[in-house]
Amino acid sequence: MSAEAAGNAGARAAGWPSRPGRIALRRAREWPVYAFLFACAIVSIFTTLGIVLVLFEETYNFFKEISIVEFLTGTEWTPLIGEKHFGVLPLLNATFLIAILAMVIALPLGLAAAIYLSEYAHPTVRRLVKPVLEILAGIPTVIYGYFALRFISPEIVRFFFGSDVSLFNALSASIAMGVMILPLVSSLSEDAMRAVPQALREGAYAVGANRFEVATRVVVPAALSGIVAASILAISRAVGETMIVTIAAGNQPNLSWNPLEGMQAMAAFIVQVSLGDTPRGTLEYSTIFAVGMMLFLSTLVMNVFAQWLLARFREEYE
Amino acid sequence: MNTETAGEPNLTHPSLALLFKRGFWLAGAAAAALAALVVACGGGDTEATPTAVPLSGTIDVDGSSTVYPITEAVAEEFRKAQRNVKVTVGISGTGGGFKRFCNGETAISDASRPITKTEIDACAAKGIEYIEIPVAYDALSVVVNPQNDWVTCITVAELKTMWDQPAQGSITKWNQVNAAWPAADLKLFGPGADSGTFDYFTEHVNGKAKQSRADFTQSEDDNVLVTGVAGDKNALGYFGLAYYIENSSKIKALKVDQGKGGGCVSPSAATVENGTYPLARPLFIYVKKSDAEKPEVKAFVDFYMRNAATLSADVGYVKFPDRVYTLATARWTSRKPGTMYATAAAGETLEQLLSKP
Repeated sequence: MSAEAAGNAGARAAGWPSRPGRIALRRAREWPVYAFLFACAIVSIFTTLGIVLVLFEETYNFFKEISIVEFLTGTEWTPLIGEKHFGVLPLLNATFLIAILAMVIALPLGLAAAIYLSEYAHPTVRRLVKPVLEILAGIPTVIYGYFALRFISPEIVRFFFGSDVSLFNALSASIAMGVMILPLVSSLSEDAMRAVPQALREGAYAVGANRFEVATRVVVPAALSGIVAASILAISRAVGETMIVTIAAGNQPNLSWNPLEGMQAMAAFIVQVSLGDTPRGTLEYSTIFAVGMMLFLSTLVMNVFAQWLLARFREEYE
Repeated sequence: MNTETAGEPNLTHPSLALLFKRGFWLAGAAAAALAALVVACGGGDTEATPTAVPLSGTIDVDGSSTVYPITEAVAEEFRKAQRNVKVTVGISGTGGGFKRFCNGETAISDASRPITKTEIDACAAKGIEYIEIPVAYDALSVVVNPQNDWVTCITVAELKTMWDQPAQGSITKWNQVNAAWPAADLKLFGPGADSGTFDYFTEHVNGKAKQSRADFTQSEDDNVLVTGVAGDKNALGYFGLAYYIENSSKIKALKVDQGKGGGCVSPSAATVENGTYPLARPLFIYVKKSDAEKPEVKAFVDFYMRNAATLSADVGYVKFPDRVYTLATARWTSRKPGTMYATAAAGETLEQLLSKP
């Protein structure tokens, strides 16, 4: 008689259920845990669904009154004052101008930091520097906003571009946002670079490459999909960023490519209307959902694109 | 919405506070409910001073950011007398405030202009009656950066050139308004469309309420406008006198010339009182009539009327003559509903309006 059979016999003797019975019992006792965890997962799914539904419903109300062509091609955005125009281009333009300028700052700096941390830095240095860099990501965005308005705009932007520049301008918001998304770029890129197998580096060294050549010609290309995905996630973060553009960019819809002017980004417009307590059901109220939808779609497309890139260009190593 | 909270958690009695602290929250809640019932039933006979009867409850106030400094000052003082009444004062703008008020969400609405026809209808649709009480004068101030050395006085006509709808996209330099001014960029800062200051300014300068260019930096928060004007040599903005007084080291108020022979007049208590400043206007609070008998609301408005003169002057506005306060208080104590502007003729003074039966 094996030990297990003896246990079974003992269990039966004590009036316990048979082995299959115990498994069923165990499953039954597991069930609440399973249900609880499932409920947690489903809550986030339903929340997302709920947000999308509300967005769709209110956006639909908006487009019942305003043609989608006017919305997408109009160059004037004055939904609240005077003669009303509903062209979203000034807001869209400002959003992407600010986000792209932020990337112009964050991408080279973030990539350089990632290369340094992954290829050059002593492990001790990396252990110290990486968390410090990631602290930047933990600074509340409202602080970045006031930093942009009270320091970057008067002290940096005006130093380079003259004192006639508006205090509220797109460039100072871009700079603050660039600093904010820098750790996102560097941290994710560094992870991607570190995932490149050591054998590739050693192979390159073996044929006489120096450290810089290994970093730029072997490691970066090998980690490219990860770097691109990190950049796109960073842009989508910049596009959705709200506090910095609300505080520092100037709430003035303005279709211009000059970052020294004040502008209003999509997220900042939503804040402006929400602050004014616009009553439900009015056209003004629907505008924030139409703009919100635009914002949602922009970031969604970018996130999906980043996922696709990751999957498509992933270099697989053993 | 920017809300400042005055007041402590709603603990109606020291012994209740003790109960809460000891964790008998259920017993405490039941007792609080009972106490609330007692207060509600005994509401009719609170003629005593606010300090005598400890009141409790919440008073929601929202509306004009221009009136906000007065109401907030009153709320702060009121809190010292009534620690258990929670007064929240929001700054949604006069229009934003009325939207909430006529939706039954607030008990008192701050307004920097009289209620409009649309808002009267909205209130009527929800069956909300209100008592209109003027509280102080404001001199709507036109301000520029202290480094601006080319303008000290501006005419109403020049303001219209700058701010009216046709200026949108076309008037972008100072010298387009007046050839004597430099060809510098004109950076404009003003309150948003939910603001009573915006309504008043557009009506009195541009000729029609809400008719304005839209390409300027808008904010319902006057501090943002102060920051903008203080930080930009070429800026011009407008808002209530209190925000200028508060920030007079950072910004410069312009004299305003009506263009009718009155000449250039600075915004100040004296020029408002003698009627020479062109952009002077009364500020109001609107009290929901059905809430006026709630002891905490009644005590708050009584307190407001007793202190409006002192506190409005403290925060930078201009107090009414005493007889106007007497009439305004009488309007409140008699709970006279509706707006006195429904039947107002052009040129009637506040005193004349308040004196009507």
